[in-house]
Amino acid sequence: MTSATWGLLAATFTAAFVEFVEALTIVLAMGVTRGWRSALAGTAAALVALAVFTAIAGYSLTTWLPRSALQLAIGTLLLIFGLQWLRKAVLRSSGRKAMHDEAAEYAELTAAAAAAGAPRGGIDSFGFAVSFKGVFLEGVEVVFIVITFGLNADNLTVAVVGASAALVVVVLAGLLLHRPLSAIPENTLKYGVGLMLASFGTYWAVEGLGVLRDSGASVVWPGQDWAILGLIACWFAVTRALVIGLSRSGPAVAMAAEEVLR
Amino acid sequence: MRLVGFLKGFGMFWYEFIVGDDWKIACAVVVALGVAAALVVSAAVGDTVLVVLAVLLLVAGFATAVLVDVRRLSGRSH
Repeated sequence: MTSATWGLLAATFTAAFVEFVEALTIVLAMGVTRGWRSALAGTAAALVALAVFTAIAGYSLTTWLPRSALQLAIGTLLLIFGLQWLRKAVLRSSGRKAMHDEAAEYAELTAAAAAAGAPRGGIDSFGFAVSFKGVFLEGVEVVFIVITFGLNADNLTVAVVGASAALVVVVLAGLLLHRPLSAIPENTLKYGVGLMLASFGTYWAVEGLGVLRDSGASVVWPGQDWAILGLIACWFAVTRALVIGLSRSGPAVAMAAEEVLR
Repeated sequence: MRLVGFLKGFGMFWYEFIVGDDWKIACAVVVALGVAAALVVSAAVGDTVLVVLAVLLLVAGFATAVLVDVRRLSGRSH
């Protein structure tokens, strides 16, 4: 394997790992409080829906959309995801927002589940719905990440392997530990993944604007794929400058509960 | 009524998925890419100038969205 292949594997593994850890926290909280039957049924239904969504979206996107339109659509989504993650990273690093804590997230979810009343027999709709939504939302993000990174490197197989390995590791850890994976450096990982998503998203979205030309030819970046490294450096510099500026501009503010947990 | 509830839930799900926690970020991306799209359609600039302008617009939009958030959080704490 080349270093580029290892890089692709590491990138998709890390990005998918962070998403799956969040999904695991949700499923664990629902399983413990609302019953494992409902939580696992919601998870299974979400995985089926995810497979159908991936097949339909993948077929539609690759069959009917020209390459530049595909780049614009997926690049824009990745850019929004990535910048949302970077926004949180900046606010957290500058003390404007509490660090994300899977244990706190777990506590909030279990409290919400308890407040929803005692589960009735059969499949509990609350546990099912929350598990379904959590797994599907995080899963769709993984699908977009795998498609973008895989197509960009022209190696979708390795991207799928990286994400699948992350799924196996998270599921095994969840089975062994039976508690949220709060010991991992999630905030640092999210910052790194945010940088990658924002950079790949910028590259693809701008490249895809070429769909508006009569020829439909993609916009060409100077240095082509090497521009992605420049974009990573650019977003890193921008976010570090914001963190330094905000840290100097005043003390951290008190945060509302929803700001701590989001 | 169930259909309305379903459609509302469906819409909320996709809003939450695409726009996320902060609508200002999504708005900044759409505006920056919209301006860049207008430049592509008008063929006013070459590709190199276009990508530089697009990146600058995205960076400015992102920084503005973060700074607005910081002001909002600061105002809430006082």
